Amino acid sequence: MAEHELTCIGCPLGCALRVETDDTGAVVRVTGNTCKRGEDYGRREVTCPTRTVTSTVRVAGGKEPVVPVRTRTDIPKDRIFACMEAVRQAHIAAPVSIGDVVLHNVCGTGVDVIASKAVPARE
Amino acid sequence: MRHDIVIIGGGPAGLAAAISAREAGVEDVLILEREQELGGILNQCIHNGFGLHTFQEELTGPEYAARYIEKAQALGIPAQLGATVIDLAREDGVLTVTCVSRQAGLQCIQAGAVVLCMGCRERPRGALNIPGCRPAGIFSAGTAQRLVNREGYLPGRKVVILGSGDIGLIMARRMTLEGAQVQCVAEIQPYSGGLKRNIVQCLDDYGIPLKLSHTVVDIRGKERVEGVTIAAVDDRMQPIPGTEEDIPCDTLLLSVGLIPENELSRQIGVEISPATNGPRVNESLETSIPGVFACGNVLHVHDLVDYVSEEAEQAGRNAARAVLGQSAETGREIPLSPTGAIRYTVPATLDPARMQETLTVRFRVKETVKSGQIRVLLDGKEVLRRNRPIMAPGEMEQAVLKKEWFTGTEQTLEVWAGPREGGNTNG
Ligand SMILES: Cc1cc2nc3c(=O)[nH]c(=O)nc-3n(C[C@H](O)[C@H](O)[C@H](O)COP(=O)(O)OP(=O)(O)OC[C@H]3O[C@@H](n4cnc5c(N)ncnc54)[C@H](O)[C@@H]3O)c2cc1C
Ligand code: SF4
Repeated sequence: MAEHELTCIGCPLGCALRVETDDTGAVVRVTGNTCKRGEDYGRREVTCPTRTVTSTVRVAGGKEPVVPVRTRTDIPKDRIFACMEAVRQAHIAAPVSIGDVVLHNVCGTGVDVIASKAVPARE
Repeated sequence: MRHDIVIIGGGPAGLAAAISAREAGVEDVLILEREQELGGILNQCIHNGFGLHTFQEELTGPEYAARYIEKAQALGIPAQLGATVIDLAREDGVLTVTCVSRQAGLQCIQAGAVVLCMGCRERPRGALNIPGCRPAGIFSAGTAQRLVNREGYLPGRKVVILGSGDIGLIMARRMTLEGAQVQCVAEIQPYSGGLKRNIVQCLDDYGIPLKLSHTVVDIRGKERVEGVTIAAVDDRMQPIPGTEEDIPCDTLLLSVGLIPENELSRQIGVEISPATNGPRVNESLETSIPGVFACGNVLHVHDLVDYVSEEAEQAGRNAARAVLGQSAETGREIPLSPTGAIRYTVPATLDPARMQETLTVRFRVKETVKSGQIRVLLDGKEVLRRNRPIMAPGEMEQAVLKKEWFTGTEQTLEVWAGPREGGNTNG
């Protein structure tokens, strides 16, 4: 048995949720929520929280020194720092288009890191 | 030189206004943007969370901007980059926009209509009143955002953030991900003005403490910041002696709010609303100077870019109508009175003759209202009533008015928000 306390982000009400899990980590009960969305959020946050990671990557020969990047979809929350480490090592050559893949399958998450802005080459 | 519609600023507001003006039938639209690229502040907002309303997907700032830039380019709308507008004047009914750029030097452009889309800027730190010296290492959160996200430069390693607005929260996460240690976020109010989502995903996720009812009372360091002192404040925002805490840091970020950028608007004599710090506009989003329209953050500070785009489309369409001579003769202007918990409404007046089939009125409440309700009263008679589980100062609200409600004799229009029977209000 464990209890987790979190804040629902579903709407500005920001209900204080209490999520109870059993010994296997399965969710037994969500309380404190005002609507169903809060229950869903509580379950997901406790069992498999995920986030989109956004950062920047150095560009060689570009009009700008860095290009913003993002994970194409969410990755598990506990892989954020590993993903950031890989992003920090990465670089890409200009020109860059939106959607260009910067890193394939980052940290084995099955998710690519892609460019979120175009950077033309320096004239 | 003359153009039918001149748009000042090429951020999301300027882009959407230009596109809708063109789509409403005005061929000759020109965007003037002082930066070297279009997209405005979105270019440095590399986090996701943009466009959920408009595109039903979560985009980053640059991706959201790109959708509009591509559309403007596909329509062949010209934009002058590196062009700063320095003056705006109206003489004998003619609008003149004065602008400087490296390529074209000084230009005086006559315009049939002008749409103000200059966005907003951060409150300067001088206005902050923190005693102590002024060593290096103090940045506004937006400046830090530009340094990290555009220039690839981390402005510090040990950071304290003053103010819990969204930009400060976003930067707390961003700098943590880049390897900096964010010691805490201090907020003088007893609540944060930032979105819940940002508090959870930018602070809680990384164990960054949010110290409510706290402020910075001293900054230490000669050349570079070496530390700050924070203290709890009482309910009159005065520091409470004995609660001081020294926090070592090399960087202090200030995230203390945004103000619409209205130097130009003031120059031309546009009436400014004290509640929004933006122009006072009518139902067409036209300012007190005929032919000058406003939308986006220059009009009132928005938290969601989707609403900026929506509002700007409306402004662009109305500017086009004015240029094409399609605006109805003005009848009477009915003032919109914000009452109850409402701080302001945009627009501030409404002319039923000029109003389209529906009109979106945007507003903010001055305090949090739980189990709330929005009511619209026309000559004291209720024409709209809508329940809202919660309304907070940080989130813009809206009410949609219908032309069919007006017969032409109405004198007063009241927009009210407050607790439902049995609901409550708190600070
Ligand atoms: C840090 C930050 C984070 C945000 N996060 C989110 C979010 O997560 N989700 C969301 O939906 N919204 C978010 N927003 C809000 C949204 O980005 C803004 O509301 C929106 O960008 C405002 O658009 P705008 O066109 O009015 O202003 P801006 O984007 O500021 O554009 C104004 C443009 O006008 C130009 N300009 C100004 N003066 C002149 C002049 N004199 N001559 C020529 N050009 C001029 C400027 O260079 C600029 O390009 C955020 C905003 C900020 C600042
Ligand atoms: S539980 Fe429902 S009401 Fe409460 S914060 Fe979440 S979405 Fe909002």
